[in-house]
Amino acid sequence: MADLAINGDSAIALAWKQIDPDVCAAYPITPQTIIVERFSDYVADGEVNTNFVCVESEHSALTLCTASSSAGARTFTATASQGLAYMWEMLPITSAMRTPVVMAVANRALSGPININNDHSDAMAARDCGWVMIFAENVQEAYDNAVMAPRIAEHHDVQLPIMTNIDGFILTHAVERMTPLDSKDVKSFVGDFKPLYPLLDWKNPVTHGVMDGPEYYYKHKYQMVEAMENAIKVTEKVFKDFKKISGREYRLVEEYMCDDAEFVAVVLGSSYGTMKAVVDELRAEGKKVGAIMPRLYRPWPDKHMTAALKGKKAVAVLDKHAPIGAYGALYADVCTSLIDMKDAPAAYNYIYGLGGKDATAKDFRTIFEDMLAGKAAKYTFMGVDE
Amino acid sequence: MAKITSKPHALTDKPFHYCPGCTHGIAHRLVAEVIDELGMEDRAVGIASVGCSVFTYEYFSCDMVQAPHGRAPAVGTGVKRARPDNIVFTYQGDGDLAAIGTAETVHAAARGENITAIFINNTIYGMTGGQMAPTTLPGQMTQTTPYGRDVKEAGNPLRVCEMLATIEGTALIQRAALDSVKHVNEAKKAIKKAFEYQDEKLGFTMVELLSTCPTNWGLSTEDSLQWLRDKMIPYYPLGVYKDIKEVRR
Ligand SMILES: Cc1ncc(C[n+]2csc(CCOP(=O)(O)OP(=O)(O)O)c2C)c(N)n1
Ligand code: SF4
Ligand SMILES: [Mg+2]
Repeated sequence: MADLAINGDSAIALAWKQIDPDVCAAYPITPQTIIVERFSDYVADGEVNTNFVCVESEHSALTLCTASSSAGARTFTATASQGLAYMWEMLPITSAMRTPVVMAVANRALSGPININNDHSDAMAARDCGWVMIFAENVQEAYDNAVMAPRIAEHHDVQLPIMTNIDGFILTHAVERMTPLDSKDVKSFVGDFKPLYPLLDWKNPVTHGVMDGPEYYYKHKYQMVEAMENAIKVTEKVFKDFKKISGREYRLVEEYMCDDAEFVAVVLGSSYGTMKAVVDELRAEGKKVGAIMPRLYRPWPDKHMTAALKGKKAVAVLDKHAPIGAYGALYADVCTSLIDMKDAPAAYNYIYGLGGKDATAKDFRTIFEDMLAGKAAKYTFMGVDE
Repeated sequence: MAKITSKPHALTDKPFHYCPGCTHGIAHRLVAEVIDELGMEDRAVGIASVGCSVFTYEYFSCDMVQAPHGRAPAVGTGVKRARPDNIVFTYQGDGDLAAIGTAETVHAAARGENITAIFINNTIYGMTGGQMAPTTLPGQMTQTTPYGRDVKEAGNPLRVCEMLATIEGTALIQRAALDSVKHVNEAKKAIKKAFEYQDEKLGFTMVELLSTCPTNWGLSTEDSLQWLRDKMIPYYPLGVYKDIKEVRR
């Protein structure tokens, strides 16, 4: 297919159209809304066979999606911010029921105070609910992640729901150049959803969502932990297969100019692009710097991150959410990957870009300058005018 | 020249951000006039909801609390229970009151909370850009029903007044419209009565105001008003659905 000029939300809707899920239920919320609007156009025009339900809230959306997935339907939804927060009761239920629902999250600041702009507070608040989580740097990746998501989630070694995260407005609304795949390639890449124990198999009746006492609850959770660990290998395999149909190569932990770098910055989402530009700038000045993005955020790609950080002098970890009473979530994750390392790099936490505050190359440059000058602090709340 | 009218005191000087022809502004003014006329400004607490009217807190001079989407009746209940002599009103759209907040609405009514809901029914989620609401009319085109609401797939519109009128805890449930001088005057009387009933602690009061959203309906101001008359009023008949004083008589 020819290249398109398209925004991230529409790119996701296009991927969904090519996948043609069985069920989709959603409630509108900025900056996700374009996804379901475009998708409902495809439904109305008969371009997909999806049963689309306009529900009355996000709580109902995810509840319905979990149930339809457990009935054996490939099921998609999308939300952001308060919508994700309102789904929260269902998030760990969806994963515990092992229903591989695919959800696009247009990352937006959580209330309060109410704010419609981008940061990662929604995703970070949902990070330990048993969902696989991947992030995108640009519109192309928003599309590619949407194509790969069902393959990861539905794999029988995983069978967990997945969130494909894109930065609100920065990616959801901004138009970029994007190379889509042919629909038939997408279809054959994604394949059929083969649920293991779906409802409505009359010969083999099952019960879903049962109560577990302490004995089974523990085992149930451990199975989820194992399944999540399996997602590491499965995602790597899916990335490999995806390269065959797209020519685009992805890694669980992306590295930019890191081989001989002494100072690196770890960042998620669209800011990775900004950070790479800053790395180019500083490299031109002879500074040994690099950038890292954990494309796969849950499960945490622990070994991959350790490998990426080995031998570095210092690492700055940027968190786009406000940890109130602790360090940033990404920082804490990175620190766990450093814990066993001999001569581990110093690790610094920078909080940035909250509630849509611009995160510019100039700002990011100061982070490297701090590290290069040996002036970085363990914890810096960037951009607070005192 | 003699001054014959002025802005109600209960409104601030901030210009409304609403689209041209949107009836949210009329509804604001009516509520403010009633607050002025009943001398309630120093006791009124408004609950702003999420929707195009999220910034109502900028427009009313009284105390305001901004509630999460759908939670206004619960917020109103909290304020009212703590301050039973204050006058508490929510200002909610149809998405807020009749979709994500239906449970709060029904249960605040069922508990007979002494609060007043000002319910702006414009048959659409205005703020998010015009998707189907529970109140969207059969066949009405929206962003999520591009060929019109098909009731077989998307269900039938909710008639909230009719539903709440069956609940014991309600004192006044009335539907009015903002399309003409006559209806606007009726709407104001209804709002006034609702605030008076609340002051008398008679129970939950709600005034539904049939409103326009020219932007998302894709109609001019004038055509929007006509569409309200031609399409909405037949589906959502105007009138008093419950008046506790009439019932008692
Ligand atoms: C939990 C949650 N879900 C979704 C939204 C997004 N949202 C904001 S306003 C709105 C609809 C508002 O429609 P309505 O109440 O009819 O008000 P109107 O704008 O039409 O006046 C939605 C869905 C949100 N803010 N919070
Ligand atoms: S979008 Fe509709 S409801 Fe919102 S301000 Fe504009 S006309 Fe009014
Ligand atoms: Mg509305």
